[in-house]
Amino acid sequence: MTTIIKVGMADLKLASAPDMLRTSGLGSCIGVIIYDERIRLAGMAHIMLPNSSLARKESMNLAKYADTAVEEVLRLLLDKGASKFRLKAKMAGGAQMFTFKTSNEAMRIGPRNAEAVKEHLTRLQIPIVFEDTGGSSGRTIEFDVNSQVLEIRTVNKGVLHA
Amino acid sequence: MTLLNERQRDVLKEIGNIGAAHAATSLSQLLNKKIDMRVPAVSVVPFHEISEYVGGEDEPVAAVMLKIEGDAPGTMFFMIPIQEANELIRYLTGNSSTDLIDEINGDSESISVSAFNEVGNILAGSYLSSLSDFTGLTLAPTPPASAVDMATAILSYGLIEVSKEMDSALVIDTVITEPDTTIQTMRGHFFLLPDPDSLATIFTSLGVNDYDNDH
Repeated sequence: MTTIIKVGMADLKLASAPDMLRTSGLGSCIGVIIYDERIRLAGMAHIMLPNSSLARKESMNLAKYADTAVEEVLRLLLDKGASKFRLKAKMAGGAQMFTFKTSNEAMRIGPRNAEAVKEHLTRLQIPIVFEDTGGSSGRTIEFDVNSQVLEIRTVNKGVLHA
Repeated sequence: MTLLNERQRDVLKEIGNIGAAHAATSLSQLLNKKIDMRVPAVSVVPFHEISEYVGGEDEPVAAVMLKIEGDAPGTMFFMIPIQEANELIRYLTGNSSTDLIDEINGDSESISVSAFNEVGNILAGSYLSSLSDFTGLTLAPTPPASAVDMATAILSYGLIEVSKEMDSALVIDTVITEPDTTIQTMRGHFFLLPDPDSLATIFTSLGVNDYDNDH
């Protein structure tokens, strides 16, 4: 039986086929999925901030930042027997939903999150096989671990499968 | 942050009360209708539960967002279902075909979008000025920006500052409703999300600062 495993904001989870991974309401946040298609194992993180150096607190939620979340998903996947050389990634989110007349750096957080996630996937040599980032729409995404199809749902553009 | 004491919780409820009461009065004058409000809810919501907190899945809402600048920075949202936002702007513009679908389609210069922004501006302005009077703090709103999208995605923009320090957000939520109608009941939310340091400032200004910033 298929279970849909929900990943909250600033949260990360692993799933094996036939389960699905889902996270809803990505605005400036990024949903990134790293998966091993041979053993049908995937991890998803819902990332809020580009860099853990932005943290002002010692105890840190690894899932919240692009750098630590990508590394933690990778570590958990390898722990569960994934092969580093088979791993691939898909990602979505990083929208800029509000345009303010006054320039506000914090409002650019979406594109910065997307850049950071790409940077860390590239650094760890995990190929990005699909990306739907930027724009001005919120996204809800669902990853089918069995077929590795990512479903992306938006309010204005309907549903996309990739 | 979960360790708010009873008095601090009451003060935050009072803030939601005073702010939303003034905003509801402004809305009531705009629409020439009676607007009621509920007792504000003060919640500390962990980020991973934000989606459930705003009512679950992907239901789109119309929202106006403002950043608060000054002594106690934060973010404020006015959020209502799209249908009700449309009725509001149709009434205000006298144009029965105007629709926030323009916003969804990315035309942020349209008359419906500016009307909705202006409503948000007026309501947030009255909320903040009464809050400013109550606390003695200087609070200035940035110009408003609107979006029609998933509630979680919208609210996440108010969490960016908070997320640098916390894994949960303090949300002061006041619901306003229209009591007279039986068919369409206008129902909106005011969400106030103070930045982490602002809580201590607010509590100090109101003399309930046994607040410990480490929690």
